[in-house]
Formats: sequence, C-alpha cells, structure tokens
Amino acid sequence: MSGGARVIALHGGLIALLFVLQFVLPAYHHGNLARIMVLASYAVGYNILFGYTGLLSLGHALFFAAGMYGMGLGIQHLGLTPAPALVLGLVAGAVVSGGLALLALRTTGVAFMIVTLMFAQAGYLTILYFGEYTRGDEGFVIQQAQRVLWGIDLSDPGNRYFAALILFGSCLMLSLWLVRAPFGKVLVAIRENEERVRMLGYDIFAHKLLAMIISGTIAAAAGASYGLLFGYAGASFASVQYSIFPLLWVLLGGAGTVLGPFIGTLFMFYLIDLSSGVTTAYMLIAGVALVLLTLFAPQGLMGELRRRVWRGLP
Amino acid sequence: MDLGPYILLASLEGAITAAVLSLTAVGLSLVFGVMRVVNIAHGEFFMLGAVIAWWIAHSFGGHPAIGFGVALVAAPLIVGALAIAADMTILKRLNYDPERTIVATIGLLYIIQQMTLMGYGPDARPVEAPFNTRLAIPWVEYGADGWAMIWPWGLGTTSYKLAVIGAAVVLLCGVWLLMSRTRFGLVMRATQADRDMAQVFGIPVERVYALVFGLGAALAALAGVLIVPIQQAHYLMGADPLLLSFIVVIIGGLGSLPGTVLAAVLIGLSDGIISVFFSPTLAKILATLLVGLVLVFRPQGLFGARSE
Amino acid sequence: MTTLLATRGLSKHFAGLRAVEGVDFDLPQGEVRALIGPNGAGKTTLVSMICGRIAPSEGQVFFEGRDITALPAHKRIMLGMAYTFQITSVFAGLSVGENVALAARRRLKGAKVTPAVDDALARVGLLDRKTQEAGDLSYGHQRLLEIAMGLAQSPRLLILDEPTQGLAEGEIAEFKALIRELAGKTTILLIEHNMSVVMELADRITVLNFGEVLAEGTPAEIHANGAVQTAYLGGTHASA
Repeated sequence: MSGGARVIALHGGLIALLFVLQFVLPAYHHGNLARIMVLASYAVGYNILFGYTGLLSLGHALFFAAGMYGMGLGIQHLGLTPAPALVLGLVAGAVVSGGLALLALRTTGVAFMIVTLMFAQAGYLTILYFGEYTRGDEGFVIQQAQRVLWGIDLSDPGNRYFAALILFGSCLMLSLWLVRAPFGKVLVAIRENEERVRMLGYDIFAHKLLAMIISGTIAAAAGASYGLLFGYAGASFASVQYSIFPLLWVLLGGAGTVLGPFIGTLFMFYLIDLSSGVTTAYMLIAGVALVLLTLFAPQGLMGELRRRVWRGLP
Repeated sequence: MDLGPYILLASLEGAITAAVLSLTAVGLSLVFGVMRVVNIAHGEFFMLGAVIAWWIAHSFGGHPAIGFGVALVAAPLIVGALAIAADMTILKRLNYDPERTIVATIGLLYIIQQMTLMGYGPDARPVEAPFNTRLAIPWVEYGADGWAMIWPWGLGTTSYKLAVIGAAVVLLCGVWLLMSRTRFGLVMRATQADRDMAQVFGIPVERVYALVFGLGAALAALAGVLIVPIQQAHYLMGADPLLLSFIVVIIGGLGSLPGTVLAAVLIGLSDGIISVFFSPTLAKILATLLVGLVLVFRPQGLFGARSE
Repeated sequence: MTTLLATRGLSKHFAGLRAVEGVDFDLPQGEVRALIGPNGAGKTTLVSMICGRIAPSEGQVFFEGRDITALPAHKRIMLGMAYTFQITSVFAGLSVGENVALAARRRLKGAKVTPAVDDALARVGLLDRKTQEAGDLSYGHQRLLEIAMGLAQSPRLLILDEPTQGLAEGEIAEFKALIRELAGKTTILLIEHNMSVVMELADRITVLNFGEVLAEGTPAEIHANGAVQTAYLGGTHASA
C-alpha cells in the first residue's frame, strides 16, 4: 500500500472499529467510550495548536467552557433548541479563542503559557461571579426534553454514542486533512523554525491566529457536545485542571500525531477511572504521568511509534 | 464600625497578607531570576510548610510555642530538601528547558497535593499560635465633646499577627544580606547574569541551581508555617499563594527582588482594602486579568527596568 | 541599469553600540554583489535590515524605488526578496521536498508546485533525496537545500548569508557554477568569507568595516585598495 492509502486505512479503520464496538461493548464501557470520544475531540483541537504549531496553551479550558456555556446558557436562558445552541457554542468558542489569540500571540514561550493560564483563570472566575446565571460550581442540568436534536433523543445511550462518534470522526478527519494540507505544513514549519518561515514570506501571526481559532473552536465543539450529550454544564470544566487534561492526553498519546490525542485520552481516562476506585487522590496519576512523560517520553506513545516503526505517520 | 476604623483594620490584615506574600513571592522570584524556571508547584511548598507545621505541633505536647518553634526550623529544611531532590531528579534532567520544566512542575504540583491528600486528609486543621495576646486599637473621633479617643469594638489585632509582620521583615532583610553580602549571593548573582560565563569561571552551576530551588521552596514553606496559626492547614491552600505570587512577581518585574517586595506590599495591602469594597471573586478576576495584560504589554513588569 | 535595491543612511544601534552606521548602498538589477568585511563589521545586521528581520534605528530601504522601510519581513519576501540563513535553518522534521515546496507555494499553487520543487532540487543536485527527512541530510547537503529553497522562491533579489560555510571543496565548485548560471537573471547579494568565491563570482564588492562602507568597486579594484588591505585582508589578526 502507498503511504497515503495506509494513512487513510489506519484512521478510517479506527472510526470503523469504534462504530462496531458500540454493538459489543458492555453498558459501562459503552458509556465510557462515548465520553472518551468527546474528550478526545477536545484533545484533537488542543493538538492542532500544541502538537502541530508548537504553542503550549495552559488555557484551553476557556474554549471548552465557552462551547459548553454558549450551548448550555443558550438552552437554559434563551430557550434555544439544541441545533442553534450548538452553533452558539461554536461561535462563542471561535470568538473567545480569536480574542485571546490577539492578545496572547504577542508573547511567546513561557509568557504565552502564563498569559493563557491567567485569562482562562479569569474566565473560570467570571463563571463563578455570574453564579446567578451559571449556577457556579454546582452547575446546571440540561433536561432530557431539551436534548432532542432533530427528533433524536441524545440522552439515549445508543444515540449518544453515535453522536459522539460523529463528532470525533469529523474532528479526526478534519485534523488529518489539515495537517496534510499546505496550511498544516506551514504550521509544522512554524513549530520547527518560525524565523525561517517568516523569511519564506509567510505571515506568522495570521497563521498562528487561524491555528488558535481552529483549535479553540474544536475545543468548543467538544465542550458544547459534552454538555448536550451528558446533560450538564459546571464551572469545574473551566478550571485549570481541564486545561491541564488535554495537555496530558496529547503528551501521552503523542503530540503532533493525528491519532495521539485519542490514544492518550483513552489510556488516561481508564487510568484515572481505575485509580479513583481506590483513592480520592486520583489526580496523583495525572501528576506522575506528566513528570514521567516530560522526563522519559516527550514524544508520547504515537511519537515513539513514528520514531521506531512508521516514519511517515501523520 | 465606621469606614475609617474598618479601613485601618483592612490595612492591618493586608499587611499580614503582604508579609507572607513577600516571602512566598521572593522565593518564586529567586527561582525564576536565577534559574529561569517558572515553578508552578511553588504554592504546594507553601502548603507543605503549613501541613508539616501542623504535624510537628501535633506531635509535640506542652506549650504551643515548643512545637511551633521546632516547625519554624524543621519545616523549611524538610521542604527545602524535598525541593532539592525534585531539582536533581527532574529539573536537572530536563536541562532546565523553560517549557518542559513548567509541564514537569505542574506534574509536581499534583503529586505533592495528592500525596498530602492521601497522607493528611481533606480536613482543614488549626495550629495554635505560640503567643496570642489580643491588642485593641484606639480610634480618634469627633463627637459631641469634641475630639475623643474611642476603642471601637472589633478593631484590634493580636501579638502574633504583629510578630508575623516583624518576622517577614527580618527574613527579607536576611535574604537581601544573603544576596548582597555573602559569597553564595555573589555566586547566585553571577549565575543569574550569565550561566555559561559562571560555568567557565568554575561556579558549580548545577549545585547552585539545586540550592536556589531549595531556598525558594524553603521561603514558601516558612511563609506557610507563619500563616498556619491564622489560617489553618489544608491540602488545597497552595492555589491562592501561587496565584498571588505570580501576580507579584510579574508586576514587580520578573526576577527583580526589590520590585517583588514592593509589589507584594502593594498587592497585599490593596487586597485587604479592595475586598472591603468588592467581592473577592471580582478582585481575583481583575488581578488575573491584570497579570495577563502586564505580560502582554509590559513583560518586564510595571516596576522592572527595561533590560537587555 | 535600474537600481533594484537601495539604502539611505541606514543605521542600527544596539544599546549605544553602532553596529551599522549611515550606510548608503545601491544594487543595480542583475548584478552579483559581494558584501565582505571582518567579523563584527555589521554585514548580517545590514542585510537583516534590508530584508526586514530587524528594524533600523535610522534610515530607509528602497526596493524598486519604493520605500519599504516600514514593511514587515514577510511582505518584503512577497515583493521578490529571498534570504538564506547563515546558520542552517532547514525544517529538520519535514521531507526535503516539503522544505522546498514551502518556499515554492508562496508564489505557485496546485499542480505547478511539484515541477518547481523538482527543478530547484535538481539544480543543487538533491533531487534523488526528495523524500528523505531534511534532518537526516549531511551538513553540506542541508546548506544546498537552503539554497534550493531560495531558488524555489525565484526571487528578484537573492540574499545569501555565507552560503559556502562548511561546504567541501567539490561542493563549493558546484555552488560557483550554480551562481554563474543564475547571474544576469537574478540579482544576488552575497555575504562571503571565502575570497576565492568572492573574487570569482562578484561583479562588484562592497567592503564594510565598523558598520560603515569602507570601499566599493570591482574585485580588481578592491584587491588593489590599500585601506581594504589594512582593515580586512591584512587585518584578520588585528581584529579582535
């Protein structure tokens, strides 16, 4: 098989596998996998900025929450139906990520990390401050009746799984197409050597801006879907922890690989799921994983695979 | 209470925040200045100081001053040693790469915090102050009989709170003497100015880094010990000092000690006074936005000189 | 001949240090110009201001008679400049072909990219390595790839910053042949330490010393210039 055909087979194969799995998995894992696919979509978005463009954001929870609250508040306070509410969530994500990008992209490296962290924290606190509408930490439930999209009840596990698969499949394919397109190559080149790309005549700022908006909007799509599929929006999804999670997932799975975000989310979800049965201090796993990954495997699982086995893996 | 005495009280409380904050922030600033490492786990060293102080005070019986006195010495030493170990096993192996060390210190944050949760539990626990005399503060007011000195109810402080302010001043002077008058201070400043050049001149840069990381953590732990009789020890208490220290270090100019102390005093005092008028959440929103905007538009800090 | 590039009073001061001071420089269309001078004379600073990598403290840059001083680097590149880096800066994680394609895609779209990439690679002799990862190339080949990227931009002004540094004798000979082939079609500004390359390739030479233009002329004139002898050719041990 040629390189291109192998790539299509691999990524299409994953989606086909996920499609088949819904018929054979027991209910508990079926529910988990739906959740993992939505969270992996969040990681796919994060990966576009971190893995491919080389910008390490510590504030993506802001975009996830923008989607979740754009959708949730739209349903709760504007009386929207799910379809326009989802669109509102996406628009909120695009606007918030574009706005933050205009500020944060004036900085680089460590300053970029701290700036994104600070603005995301401000966003989290803002959600708490307007507790009257957002119900703060406690959050609010989106009722089953409000979660019917084009006659499909998204609270039903089967429908929910399918919706999550459609979201994840679209995000994965978008990401695959993007990184193989000329625009994606420019992003990778920016990651490798920004100054050289500038001296080839590319507008670095415009490319980074667009990358951050695409990344933020995908994160918002995941956030909006999460709220809609699982019927809940809460401030904890805007907290620092939810900015660290996608970083952790992407680092584990392999930054700058298309499949890495899913692999990382899958592993970490089950690690935390298993350990939370044993202790309340389940975030210990996340901490240990972060340290070990930075020390010993900065390429992540798929990155190692690319290094050792398949050099052309996108 | 009238507004006047109320603000006086708020400034007193603010002065305590400022005192503890200066110590914590100077630790963060030292680490950033010398090593160019942004230590996200810094707040956890503060928390460890408080928790270890509780543990020591709890283990020693007798007068509260005994346990507290031991904690004042032991907690910073233990935390400093832990930090040195973390530096040697983690940061050194990352070659102090700025972005990777941030990710690693985030990991360290969760490790310390969650281990504390496992060992110490989720409760907030108090430590008795070594001395705690209540001191009322008079206020002058113009009344029916002209100017009169009154003792408004609730306007007062404790001897311990004043001692915290005093201790912080003494410790900060100590840090300043260490930096400006000792050989170790000279070595630190040389390493800060030019790491490679320092290495050429035979300064053991890696050992200096380990000691600076330990010293920074020890200062945070010391601040944690000082605050615990006022605030109680809890495994999540590191978040606020971390955020406030960031604000202080960034506004004071990254790596500048006088700027850091000045900013700590300003932020501490205004934190006390602002919270009289605004909700604490709003104050925090404004503070985080301020930090973000300062980094975007004036990365050398509000007080820092433009260098390089 | 029309002037392609000109600078007037161009200066750059770094914290009181005058790296470049009041340079008036004219480069006619189609010329191969070498820029030489001792280390620290301000050569890289000067071309960095010309292509927009750093902003001048004073003075102006003109390209085809148009004042481009305020234009950001990427827009100057789009006007037809290309700059190859002194320190090898290929994209190590991308294939050789993709490196050149990134350069070519700023002016070409779609199906026209591949022939342009192949042509540029063939001219530097790297076509058979098109699918290799650029980071796996030898140092000399990375330098050639850098030049291929400049060629793929098909610039009107090609600025080469010490292109032969680290090349083997045979590779230098190939480089000379390549530049001779381009000469006349493309205007070339060449920063170079290797005097044989300078003397053989340059139509004219500009000598920079302490940030100022010391002399300008044909290779023969420069060779005979006493001031240049002292400052540069004989001054290599004196300059610290």
